[in-house]
Amino acid sequence: MKRIAGLLLVVLALGTIVVAQNALLINGAGATFPYPIYSKWFDEFHKKNGNLQFNYQSVGSGAGIKQVTEGTVDFGATDGPMNDDQIKAFKDKHSGSGILHFPTVLGAVVPTYNVSGVSGALNFTPEALAGIFMGHISKWNDPAIAAANKGVNLPANDIVVVHRSDGSGTTYIWTDFLSKNSEGWKSRVGKGTSVNWPQGLGGKGNEGVTGLIKQTPNSIGYVELIYAAQNNIPYGAVKNPSGAFIKADLASVSAAAAGAAKEIPDDFRVSITNAPGKTAYPISSFTWLLVPQKFSDATKRDAVKNFLKWMVTDGQNLTETLSYAKLPKEVIAKELKAIDQVQ
Amino acid sequence: MSRRLRWRKFISGFMLTMTGLCAFVAVSVLFLILGYLVYNGGTSISWNFFTKLPAPVGETGGGMANAIVGSGKLLLLATLFGVPIGFFGAIYLAEFSGSKTAFVVRYAADLLNGVPSIVIGIFAYSLVVLPFKHFSTMAGGFALGMMMIPITLRSTEEFLLAVPRALREGAMALGASKWKTIATVIVPAAYRGILTAVLLAFARVAGETAPLLFTAFGNRYWSHGWSEPTSSLPVMIFTYAISPYEDWHRQAWAAGLVLLGLILVVNIIARAILARGIAVPRT
Amino acid sequence: MASTITTVPNAGAPVAGSRRSFWSKLRDGDEIARLITFLFAASVVFITLLLIFELWQGSALPRHKFGFHFLTTQVWDPILDEFGALPFIYGTLVTSGVALLLAVPLGIGAAIFLAELAPARVSDTLQFFIDLLAAVPSVIYGLLGFLALIPLMRDYIQPGLKKTLGFLPFFTGPMYGLGFLTAGIVLAIMVIPYIISVSREVLLSVPRDQREAALALGSTRWESTWKVVVPFARTGIMGSIFLALARALGETMAVTMVIGNVVTISPSLFSPGYSIAAVIANEFTEATGDLYLQALVELGLVLFFLTFILNGLARLLIVATSQRGSGMGHT
Repeated sequence: MKRIAGLLLVVLALGTIVVAQNALLINGAGATFPYPIYSKWFDEFHKKNGNLQFNYQSVGSGAGIKQVTEGTVDFGATDGPMNDDQIKAFKDKHSGSGILHFPTVLGAVVPTYNVSGVSGALNFTPEALAGIFMGHISKWNDPAIAAANKGVNLPANDIVVVHRSDGSGTTYIWTDFLSKNSEGWKSRVGKGTSVNWPQGLGGKGNEGVTGLIKQTPNSIGYVELIYAAQNNIPYGAVKNPSGAFIKADLASVSAAAAGAAKEIPDDFRVSITNAPGKTAYPISSFTWLLVPQKFSDATKRDAVKNFLKWMVTDGQNLTETLSYAKLPKEVIAKELKAIDQVQ
Repeated sequence: MSRRLRWRKFISGFMLTMTGLCAFVAVSVLFLILGYLVYNGGTSISWNFFTKLPAPVGETGGGMANAIVGSGKLLLLATLFGVPIGFFGAIYLAEFSGSKTAFVVRYAADLLNGVPSIVIGIFAYSLVVLPFKHFSTMAGGFALGMMMIPITLRSTEEFLLAVPRALREGAMALGASKWKTIATVIVPAAYRGILTAVLLAFARVAGETAPLLFTAFGNRYWSHGWSEPTSSLPVMIFTYAISPYEDWHRQAWAAGLVLLGLILVVNIIARAILARGIAVPRT
Repeated sequence: MASTITTVPNAGAPVAGSRRSFWSKLRDGDEIARLITFLFAASVVFITLLLIFELWQGSALPRHKFGFHFLTTQVWDPILDEFGALPFIYGTLVTSGVALLLAVPLGIGAAIFLAELAPARVSDTLQFFIDLLAAVPSVIYGLLGFLALIPLMRDYIQPGLKKTLGFLPFFTGPMYGLGFLTAGIVLAIMVIPYIISVSREVLLSVPRDQREAALALGSTRWESTWKVVVPFARTGIMGSIFLALARALGETMAVTMVIGNVVTISPSLFSPGYSIAAVIANEFTEATGDLYLQALVELGLVLFFLTFILNGLARLLIVATSQRGSGMGHT
């Protein structure tokens, strides 16, 4: 008995030893989609500023919003902008101080599928996608799909729909796009991080959806561009408002942002699905960092501001190797001005 | 030999073989799992894995040193919190309490055991994280400790009650007071079972992710002391497994393997150090 | 409560009946021991009650809005703010039921083998490995289930079952590889170590003379095991099943990766479904809006009551089938 107690006390003491730390730990929580690029950025920034440690954990956009509102983390990250109620909730909890959105990179959501005999990119109209996900279109060789894919041999098999089971910004972007293009979808299902799906299997995370599609013949789902690219699964082109079928890639996603950049509001909260532009990919989106307007700790504030400035300038050079599209010039210019709002 | 006897003997042999089959199935599942982990994660286990911090995607040479230490700290806290409650509570149930109190406490423990780990995490979050406005190793240890209580309590009680009456009566006849009997005769007699229970509880919480997401949070860097967020193996496995990168997937498997190895080592050490001097030999 | 025996070596404790002063009782170590251990036991109840309280408080909105309809509604719509628990209750019960159906016979069988038949070294080594099963992180179980079990189910097991038992409503419908049955199998693997580990220890602690008496009366090895030893260890084995049940009811990660996460009720075991723990794990971190969040908390409360009822039923079962004089008679 005494032996155990002694052993435990020693180990406990060891754990309590606070290694001399001159590094400032800044915690952030939020979206999973940009986790790879954020972790790369924070590491690079740490190399240049050894006394600053940015610790970012991908617990989900909603959790990011909640935690930054509660004050348990210093900044948040989200794929879907905060709505007015959430901003008000933040203000209430932080004695009037607001919260600022800073776009970081661009992402795209693509339709991925596993259809026997089809290895290339299929073309999808927004109406076809809405119909498939609602259950109105149930077979792969349905005219709505075949019309856009002349020359492709589509089988007469039942379509298996795969969606996200967990609440997610990816779902938000996808359902936002469908809501804009289908009144039926808008009224029956709506847009959100979690919706009442008319049908389909639920996979956990982008990885879960990718895995399910790989395993399930005749399936279709939606994932972030990176996952489709990294896992080498075929993904389709989507028709944009200008009438062209565009496949998502860095250029078409950046084009979407550039097209929307002229109309971007001062608080950067904007949806860029269905963006104008001939080469724009219609299911693109910003992802944002959520930064409180007022910081009580001056050192933290300066660290965050310096990071943001670095992020929109040097940081943007690191995005494309990881398959994230960088921000258009107009947005960057606007952001640099907005960073000064952080006090 | 009568026909009836032959039949009974046949049944005996048959059923006992079936039980052997059951054991075989259970053990082979484990080896399949182990094999899978080794096959997929074995290549990622290196000296780096144990000593370096995680590297961002695309860079090799990263490891999970902070996660390993973090898991160690969390499990230590969990054991310090959960095991005494379970152990001493069980002593109360087995030795001192009336049947009504015992019923209530057992029921409560069973209810606690059935709570989804994420709910425990949320509970710990509202108790230990929100009031202090930061995530901490302590909060994580608290959440995991709570999950250790029911297994420890219920199993310890069973084993204490299984100690033969003769031992208790013998001690009483020698004039020992109740607590002395418990401490020097009953507990040592039930030691093996209690140790099994504690190790089982330990193994259970070592692999839990959900309770840690909102308590210990996660940490890219080394965590100092007990009130900073900390990385842990299960959370790393989760984060890496749902990423799009093959390299991170392999690291996730490797982490799973390391976690199992950790538990194995703890099992061996615990049994070696603490199982000496059992009063009652195995019957 | 035994009063002090006259020949006690610790001097100072007076001999007497029950009317001793509190302080003299306190000096006797027993009272302190009783108090301390009582506090620990009470803290367990306290934590559980606190948890229920938090769940109750945290689900006020949907409780007032839906009342008992929450338990009977099948809709789960975060956009229209309509929430119902029935499909999740169904999924939780089905997957846990399947898990126990598979794990209990296998587990007890293996425990019997390890305790009665295997030589000590073999038994200890095998037990060691089985304990490792309990140590596999639930995330890994989920991943393995996803990557290894689902294809197996879809390509071999589900078609096989459909061919042989397809006339039963349990084995009909499209075969995706995931679903209630798959989740039940994963859960069974996860809970089996608890059953084996605890049952084996309890069986080992059955006094040797019980076995010997049975054998002396002419029973076969199996008969002495099944008819004498196992009943003697009954409550311990039941305790391990309680542990297994609780584990199965509350498992989140592994289930969500193989159950399909579809809000539906279906008699077929091939059908994808959802469980309470899985939906909480999936949606809690992203839930925005008070009603939505609190509906998820209410699901946690529902699970609590489900566990409560199931435990109660199981205990009634034990009492109803209990024979007098077999082992320890407590529930």
